[in-house]
Amino acid sequence: MKLTLRVWRQSGPQDKGAMVEYKLDDISPDASFLEMLDVLNEKLIADGGEPIAFDHDCREGICGMCSLVINGTPHGPERATTTCQLHMRKFKDGEVIDVEPWRAKAFPVVKDLVVDRSAFDRIVQSGGFISAPTGTAPEAHSTPVPKPDADRAFEAAECIGCGACVAACPNGSAALFLGAKVTHLGLMPQGQPERWDRVVSMLDTHDEEGFGGCTNTGECTVACPKGIPLDVIGRLNHDYLKATAGGKKRA
Amino acid sequence: MAVTGGVLVLYLVAHMIGNLKIFLGEEDFNHYAHWLRTIGEPAVPHRTVLTLIEVVLGLSVVLHMWSAVSLGKRASHARPVKYQSKKKSHAQGYAVHTMRYGGVIIALYIVWHLLDLTFFVVNPKNSDATPYERMVSDFDPSRWYITVWYVVALLLVGLHLNHGIWSAFQTLGLRTPRSHRALRGLAGAVAAVVTLGFISVPLSITFGWVS
Ligand code: HEM
Ligand code: SF4
Ligand code: FES
Repeated sequence: MKLTLRVWRQSGPQDKGAMVEYKLDDISPDASFLEMLDVLNEKLIADGGEPIAFDHDCREGICGMCSLVINGTPHGPERATTTCQLHMRKFKDGEVIDVEPWRAKAFPVVKDLVVDRSAFDRIVQSGGFISAPTGTAPEAHSTPVPKPDADRAFEAAECIGCGACVAACPNGSAALFLGAKVTHLGLMPQGQPERWDRVVSMLDTHDEEGFGGCTNTGECTVACPKGIPLDVIGRLNHDYLKATAGGKKRA
Repeated sequence: MAVTGGVLVLYLVAHMIGNLKIFLGEEDFNHYAHWLRTIGEPAVPHRTVLTLIEVVLGLSVVLHMWSAVSLGKRASHARPVKYQSKKKSHAQGYAVHTMRYGGVIIALYIVWHLLDLTFFVVNPKNSDATPYERMVSDFDPSRWYITVWYVVALLLVGLHLNHGIWSAFQTLGLRTPRSHRALRGLAGAVAAVVTLGFISVPLSITFGWVS
């Protein structure tokens, strides 16, 4: 395949950055998007240039590190697929492909396509946990969970914290991520003790980190590689209102 | 946004039903306009209820716009650097992307509409005329452009409601996986009924079905 890439290059956080064009020929349609970038980087290194920095780790769609906005869509054109699981056969021969980093104030660019997503870590630290005695694992059947709740909690637990929802949101909001965490933990019996404080502190941290406000545009669900459904935001709002206006919050 | 929007939706439904009285004839419509000003009399003074409604409406409109502006500001702070490649997925339909500019057009429309039928500044008739005469001369066939302006604004109101009503349920945490389709249906139905109900009045006058 012949391709023209237009990639965001930025030498560091202070640099202004710009799109730079690269021509590639002879890319296998079976290569993944990241392998295609590997090929380009090898060429850049051989030519004495600076390789393009991008995030990746597992390359099997589970770690949430890969994070590229491809032709304006986080994780590219294929639905429910991370960038690392996206293959070049999804593109046309001769296509011009724009590659940009996630864009959000809370996700500042570190270099080229790498952004700092530690804002998500701080949100999780503020409430994305349960209090459980450590030590030997408890007997799995000692705490029964209704099957529909278990299924919904599992669906929400699929969130890999990649941040594509923020990248896609016209408001730069992380409501889908928050909704996924609050739904996942709030549906399980183990998540009940912190349920009301969790939603308030996670949302407060979200706002302090500079994410935008949700207006229910639904762009997040479409971009989410795990297909987290929009109704988790309904649940987030429900729990938040009950915790604050409903007076359920303790602290 | 959800609470003030809800007040406005309730008002729109009531207002639309009131407007449809034009089809019952001149006397009925004028009687209705008179009744608006005398609700509750003699228990409360003239125009008490109407004035109360106006105050609640005015407050709701202002707070609704204030929330919209704050959300818009937050959004531009949250993404200081924009994407180079532009793409809109219209994930929840076209209406979502008309909320901000559509809202501004609707606000301008409300100002015009108040100057027209509440303060008679841009109406061909003045306060000597009856409410019915003002409506009929407003949408006279020779003033077809006024009708077009009303219809365009009302279509935007329809789009606004189609997304807004559903969105309000989500914001208030009343949307669950099971109620989703019902709420979408409700939003679409209310939006369609309100828009068509409103539009029918100026169109009927312009096409001479009501005179
Ligand atoms: C075909 C469409 C419409 C027609 C023919 C119409 C007609 C009227 C009339 C005749 C009045 C004066 C009522 C009176 O003083 O007795 C009025 C008031 C008003 N209308 Fe409409 N209207 C329409 C659509 C709308 C829409 C879509 C909105 C809001 C988005 C709206 C908002 C208002 C407001 C805020 C008032 C002032 C209420 C008051 O002063 O008590 N109208 N309208
Ligand atoms: S909700 Fe989806 S898009 Fe957002 S962080 Fe989780 S996996 Fe990524
Ligand atoms: S590299 Fe781990 S999810 Fe893509």
